[in-house]
Amino acid sequence: MSILKGKKVVIIGDRDGIPGPAIEECVKTAGGEAVFSATECFV
Amino acid sequence: MNSVIKGASYVLVHTPDMVVENGSTQTTERIVNPESDYLKQLPKHIRSYEQALGYLPNQTYIGNCTPDELAKVEQPWYDKPCEGKRFGKFGEIMPQEEFYLLMQVCDVFDLMYLEKSFVAAVKPTFEKHPLITPEIVARVHEGVEQEQIEAFVKEEHAEPILHGGKLVGYVKRAHDVDVNLSAHVILENLVSKASSVLSLLHVVHNTGIDKGDVDYVIDCCEEACGDMNQRGGGNFAKAAAEIAGLTGASGCDVRGFCAGPSHAMITAASLVKAGTYRNVIVTAGGCTAKLGMNGKDHVKKDMPVLEDMVGGFSVLVSQNDGISPEINNGICGRHAVGTGSSPQAVISSLVLEPLQKAGLKITDIDRYAVEMQNPDITKPAGAGDVPLANYKMIAALAVKNGDLERAGLNAFVQEHGMAGWAPTQGHIPSGVPYIGFCCEDILAGRVKKAMIIGKGSLFLGRMTNLFDGVSFIIQENSHESEEGGVSEGQVKSLIAKAMRDFALSLGAAGTEESR
Repeated sequence: MSILKGKKVVIIGDRDGIPGPAIEECVKTAGGEAVFSATECFV
Repeated sequence: MNSVIKGASYVLVHTPDMVVENGSTQTTERIVNPESDYLKQLPKHIRSYEQALGYLPNQTYIGNCTPDELAKVEQPWYDKPCEGKRFGKFGEIMPQEEFYLLMQVCDVFDLMYLEKSFVAAVKPTFEKHPLITPEIVARVHEGVEQEQIEAFVKEEHAEPILHGGKLVGYVKRAHDVDVNLSAHVILENLVSKASSVLSLLHVVHNTGIDKGDVDYVIDCCEEACGDMNQRGGGNFAKAAAEIAGLTGASGCDVRGFCAGPSHAMITAASLVKAGTYRNVIVTAGGCTAKLGMNGKDHVKKDMPVLEDMVGGFSVLVSQNDGISPEINNGICGRHAVGTGSSPQAVISSLVLEPLQKAGLKITDIDRYAVEMQNPDITKPAGAGDVPLANYKMIAALAVKNGDLERAGLNAFVQEHGMAGWAPTQGHIPSGVPYIGFCCEDILAGRVKKAMIIGKGSLFLGRMTNLFDGVSFIIQENSHESEEGGVSEGQVKSLIAKAMRDFALSLGAAGTEESR
């Protein structure tokens, strides 16, 4: 998980996959900084 | 006593020219990249009406093929044409030209005009439609000259109406400066209203209800109607009920993105169970903006653009008749503000928690209706098989909860799930496409309990980052009608009262003795 440590992360979540806020939580615990997070809908 | 579902209708409209003219993917592309290859290639990938009729998921939507029959056909489905029938037991697939007349009928403010010879050519067929009444036909205008159409499109910001690539009409703006009454918004709203009207006509026909007996209509589409002072003022419901001839009905709009239909169904069931209204119709028309939404990927993969259908549906919820499938208001799932957004948290709140509260296991529900998007549309676009992903998550929760052995995961998906068949029209595929088949499955004894799940992407409105969703159960009728008999709930209530009285009498006797 150290690959995200100290990194700035742009998150595009999928409404029917993993949404942005859920990825954001993972990024935070992995030491990354979420600079942008959004969830998109393709259906 | 629980309310019941008396019947449902499902309609599609084939709108090939609207894909090109009105789909947001295409309108955006024309602004940012007007010379793009995509726009040049697109017309070659548009299906004919006959091709759209002969597409198995479309025939499934209107009831000519069951979800189980569809699942037996190997994907993809678009290259396996089937027998194309216009009408099915749930509704129909209306061609674009007739739908334009229905849109004009739905315009009560003289904002939509069709060309004279176009009207003359289509009206005779329109008049013969089995559900189009003389009152509706009387609303068809004679039409205008071609020069007027061209002038309004060129000079007055009117939205063009095309058929076969030819300009046959226009929708004009309803106000000079109010963007909420722009030609674009009015056209989108007329499409939604007209497809809702078509669904209403079919549900009245399918259920045999007298139009005057409908008390209330709830619209659950994803459009908004209003002006600059009340952008989402609303009441598509009452507007559609007027054209459909439901003269005794009032109504309102319920919104929740794709979860709207499930919210509306729970509202309708509660209104009827409470005795507020006897007969409530939940209805929704379709969405022009979503036409060709994934068109770029379809064209890239040399497929037909499958998002060429505007959808609609209606469900009649009525007082318990002792026969029809019931909506169980006691088992409703809801994604709460504090639930969280991970897929596990979402499905737990919608499936696991309400079932646990009711003392049921995940495996006690025979069929789950989730987001029933057609995978033929979503897989080539990289969005995967949406229903399958939902079923896997429900199965995984069942394993985690000890309701299911891990080895039974795939079998659970097969037995309790379905392949998606609905067009990607947002609210249209969200749980509700199964209600028609569900009623048949329950009445035939194939299914005892089914769960309908609606999920909504609230974050798209930029007012919250929250997700949303609600679920409800449709089950066998307890065979007690509203008019007579005693329900299971009433029996439980009577026993509970007797026990309380007995306990009180014991307590009273004890008190007497201790004195």
